Amino acid sequence: MSDWALNIRAGLARAYARTVGATREPSWVVFDVLLPLLGVAAYIFYYRALGADPVFEGFVVLGGAMTAFWLNVLWGMAAQLFWEREVGNLQLFMVAPMSRMALLAGMALGGLFTSAVRALSTLVLGVLIFQVHIMMADPLALVAVFTLTMLAVYGMGMALSSLFLMYGRDAWNISNLLQEPVYLMSGFYFPVRELGMVVSAVASLIPITLGLDAMRQLLFGELAGGLLPVTVEVVILALQAAIFIWLAAFSLDRMEQRGRREGRLTLRWQ
Amino acid sequence: MAVRDHLRTLRLAAWLGWQIESNWARPALFLLYSFIRPIATTLILVIMYLIIKQDVSSDPAFFSYVYLGATFYMFVSSVVFGITYVIHADREHYQTLRNIYISPVSLYVYIIGRATGKVALAALAVVISMAFGILVLGLPFDPMLVDWPLFAIAMLLGLACLVSLGLALAGISMLTAKHSTSINEGVGGLVYLLCGAVFPITVLPAWGQAIGLMIPVTYWLELIRRSLYPGEGIAMLGGLQDFGDLTILSFLLASTLVFAALSLAMFHLADRNARRKGKLDMITTY
Repeated sequence: MSDWALNIRAGLARAYARTVGATREPSWVVFDVLLPLLGVAAYIFYYRALGADPVFEGFVVLGGAMTAFWLNVLWGMAAQLFWEREVGNLQLFMVAPMSRMALLAGMALGGLFTSAVRALSTLVLGVLIFQVHIMMADPLALVAVFTLTMLAVYGMGMALSSLFLMYGRDAWNISNLLQEPVYLMSGFYFPVRELGMVVSAVASLIPITLGLDAMRQLLFGELAGGLLPVTVEVVILALQAAIFIWLAAFSLDRMEQRGRREGRLTLRWQ
Repeated sequence: MAVRDHLRTLRLAAWLGWQIESNWARPALFLLYSFIRPIATTLILVIMYLIIKQDVSSDPAFFSYVYLGATFYMFVSSVVFGITYVIHADREHYQTLRNIYISPVSLYVYIIGRATGKVALAALAVVISMAFGILVLGLPFDPMLVDWPLFAIAMLLGLACLVSLGLALAGISMLTAKHSTSINEGVGGLVYLLCGAVFPITVLPAWGQAIGLMIPVTYWLELIRRSLYPGEGIAMLGGLQDFGDLTILSFLLASTLVFAALSLAMFHLADRNARRKGKLDMITTY
C-alpha cells in the first residue's frame, strides 16, 4: 500500500472513531444541539434588554454557532494529543506506520462532524426562533470564507496539539484560558472593530476573528461594521491556513523527537 | 459514619482538589490563569453594554444590575461545574473513581470536598471582578450602604443551593459519556437564561418567567443585588419589585431545601443505576 493510501485510511479511521463514537452515545444530540442554544438566547435577550438593533441578535446567533468549532479546536484538537497520552493511546499511535499529520487530519475531520451538527442546529434554530434577518447576497463567497476559516482554525488546533503535548496539566488550563477570552477578543457576539484597531489587529492573529468578521459582512452587509474588506480578510485567512498547517507539521515532528528524547510520550497524570 | 469521619473526608478531598487545581504552575501564574477567564466573560457583557449604551453613566442602575449578576454568576460556573467535573476527571482521566468507591468514605462528601477549592477561587475572582468594576468601569458602590447581614445569609443559602445543583448534575454525569462539559454548558445556559443573571426576567416570555421564578438562583441573585445596593433603584429592575427582602429570602430558603432534597434523590438514583449498568469505570475518550 502506498504512503498516501495508508495515510488516507489512517485519517479516515481516526475520523470514524469520533463519528461512530458519537452515534453510539446519542445523548450528545441533546447536549450539543439543544442546550447550547440557551446560551445564545441569553445573549439575545440581553441585547433586547439593552434596546439594541435586531442585527445584533444575528451577530449572536452567528457567533454562538461558531463557538462549536472553536470549542472543538481547543478541546478536540489542541488538547487531544495530551489527552491521548493520558489514556495511553498515544504510544499506540506512535508505533503505527502512518503519518502523524494523517492522525491530526482525521481528528479534525471527525471533530468537524459533531461541531458542524452543533453549529448548523444553533444557526438554523437561532434564525427561526429569534426571527433573525439575514441578507445573504453571495452564498459561494460565504462557503469559501467558511472553508478557509476552518482550514486556518483547525490548522491552528493541529499546531497547538503538538505544543500542548509537551505540557502536563498546563494544556488543560491553556485551553480554558483560550475559551472566553477569545470570545471577547475575537468579537463572537459583536463586531470586533468595536474593540479598537490595536486590539482587533492582535485578535486577528487568531483566524476565527477574521473568519467571523468576513462571514458577518457577507450575512449582514453594511450593518456588520466590518474590520477589513472581505477580500483582504480572505487573503489573510488563506495565508494563515497555509502557515498554521506548515507549523503543525513542523512542530509535530519537533515535539515528537523531543518527546522521545525526554521520555514524555508515555508520561501520564503529571 | 461519624461526623468526624465526614469532616476528615471533606478536608482531605478539599486538599486533593486544591492540589489538582493549583500545583501545575507557580502560584502567581496559576492565579492569573484563574482570573482571566471569568473576567473575560464579564467583559463580553460590558463591551456589549458599552456598544449599545455608550457609557456606564447613561443607566448606572441597569449597569450595576448586569455587572453584579455576571460577576456573582461566576459562583454558579465554578461550584456547579466544578462538582460535576469531578466525576469525569476521576472516572476517565485519573481513573480513580472505583478506588474512591471502595474506600470507606462518603462519595457525596468527597465530591463536595473536591469542589471546595473551586469555591475559594470563585470568591477571589468575584472580589477581583468587583474591584475592577468599581475602579476601572465606575461601578457605583458604597460599603457603608451594604446590607451585610442580608448579603451573608444570601451567600450561605446560595452556595448550599449551588452545591445541591452540582451534585444532581454529578449524578447525571455518572450515567453519560464524556459529555459532562456539554451538560455543564447546557445547564449553565439554561440557568443563565432563565434566572435573570444579566437581564431582568421580565424580558423573557411568560413561560420563561414562570420557570425562572422556580429557580433558586433567581432569588439568590436578586438578594445579592439588593443587599449590595439597598434602595429603590436596582430592586425595581428585576421583576421582583412586588416582593420584600424577607419574602424573597423565604423563597430562596424553600427552593434551596427542595433542590437539596431533589439532588440527593437524583444522586442516589444515578449512583445505583451507574453501578448496575457498570458505568463507574467507563472510558469514553474517542
